[in-house]
Amino acid sequence: MKYKIEDIKKRIAELAKDMGQITIMEVCGTHTASIHKYGIQELLPDNIRLVSGPGCPVCVTAQKDIAAALSIADREDVIFTCFGDMMRVPCGDDSLYSLYESGKDVRIVTSPMDALHIAQDHPDRQTVYFGIGFETTAPHTAALIEAADECGIQNLSILSAHKTMPQAIKKLLKGGSGIDALICPGHVASIIGAQAFSFVPDELMLPAAVAGFEAYDIMAALLCIVHMLRSGERKCVNMYPRAVTEYGNREALSLLYKVFEPCDAVWRGLGEIQGSGLGIKERYWEFDAAHRFDLPVKKIEEAKGCICARILSGKSRPTDCVNFGGACTPDRPLGACMVSSEGSCAAYYWYKK
Amino acid sequence: MCLAIPGKIVSIQGQNAEIDYGGVSKHASLRLFENAAIGDYVLVHAGFVIQILDQDAGDELEKLIEETMGFTNKNEI
Repeated sequence: MKYKIEDIKKRIAELAKDMGQITIMEVCGTHTASIHKYGIQELLPDNIRLVSGPGCPVCVTAQKDIAAALSIADREDVIFTCFGDMMRVPCGDDSLYSLYESGKDVRIVTSPMDALHIAQDHPDRQTVYFGIGFETTAPHTAALIEAADECGIQNLSILSAHKTMPQAIKKLLKGGSGIDALICPGHVASIIGAQAFSFVPDELMLPAAVAGFEAYDIMAALLCIVHMLRSGERKCVNMYPRAVTEYGNREALSLLYKVFEPCDAVWRGLGEIQGSGLGIKERYWEFDAAHRFDLPVKKIEEAKGCICARILSGKSRPTDCVNFGGACTPDRPLGACMVSSEGSCAAYYWYKK
Repeated sequence: MCLAIPGKIVSIQGQNAEIDYGGVSKHASLRLFENAAIGDYVLVHAGFVIQILDQDAGDELEKLIEETMGFTNKNEI
C-alpha cells in the first residue's frame, strides 16, 4: 500500500486539529476487540474518542432470552447447543456453564450445522440450537432450519434471539446521542450490503464508513470519517471493498427472509425495539423452540451495580463501573459485557487494565 | 461473533467446499454463496462461505485513502 498506518495517523491528526471533541461509535463486537487489541485509540489525537455501541451479540441478548435458554437446557431430554461465548452469561445465580457443570447436556458448537448432526446422532433426544447474532450469523441459522426441514428432522428446534442492526442504530443515534459518526460493521455489511447503511447519513445526518477488522482497515475508515466531519460531507463510504459490495450477499438474504421475518425484540441496554428481531416464520414453527417448549416469563434482575445497559448504549465506559476488575472479571463475570471477548468490559479488562 | 476468516477454495463437492487457510484445510458450506469456484479467495464465517474476496480491492481502498490526503474544503487547514 502506498500509505502506511503512520501516514494515516498523521493525516487524521491534521484533519482533527482544532475540531473540538469528536466521538465515533462502532457497533460490532469484532471491531471492539480489534480496536483494543491494536491500540487504535492510542493512535488517535486526544480529541477523538472511540465508543462501543450494542455490537456484541452476547452482550445485547436480553435476560429473558437467557432465562429461556436456561430453562430448556435444564431439561433431561434436551441436548442444548450454542456458541461458546454464551456459556458464561450470568442469569441470576445460573449460567449455561453452571448447568453444564451440574451435569446437563450443554454443548458448544462452532457452526449451527453441528446441531443438525447432533440431532441426527441422537434421534431419541431433543436438540436445541440457541441462535444469537446479527445479519452475519442469522443466515446460517436459516440454513440449519432449511436443512432440518429438507431432511425431515423431528428432534431439532431453534431458540432464536437473532437481531438486525439498522433499527438499533436508529434508536440509539436518533437526535442528541452525542455521537458524531459511525463505523459500520464490516461483516454485517458483507451480507446486507453497504447501501443498507445509507440511512446513517440520509436519516441520522451522520457520516459513516464500513470498516474491515485489521488495524489498517479501521484506521482507513477513521480517516475517511474525520475527513467527512471536517469537510461537512455526509455519506456512507465503503472502506472494506474487498469483502463488502453495494448490495451484499443476496443469496444469504433471500434464505434469511425465507425462514425468518422481522419481529419486535428486547435488547439489553436499549429495551424493546420494533422490528429489530428475527422470528421464525409460521411455515417453520415446528422448528421453533418457543413453540415446542413452555418458556418462562420470570424477570431476572441484573447484578447489583452492573452498568452494562449504559455501556451498551455508549453512555458509560467499563471503568465507570464499581464492579469492573474487582467483583466482575472475565473469570467471574457479573454482567454480560464482561463475558465475551467482544464485550466492551472484557476488551477493556484484557487490553487496558 | 462476526469474526470471519479468509481462505482459498481448493475443491468443491456439491455444496461443500474445502478451504485452505495457509496450510490448514477445513470444510465450509456453500449454501450462502453457491457461485463460489475453485481458486476463489473467500470469507468464511461459522462454517459458511459468506462472500468472495475481491483481490483488486486494495487499489480501490488506496484510491479512497488518496482522496482524503489532498484538500478537504475551502477552509482547509
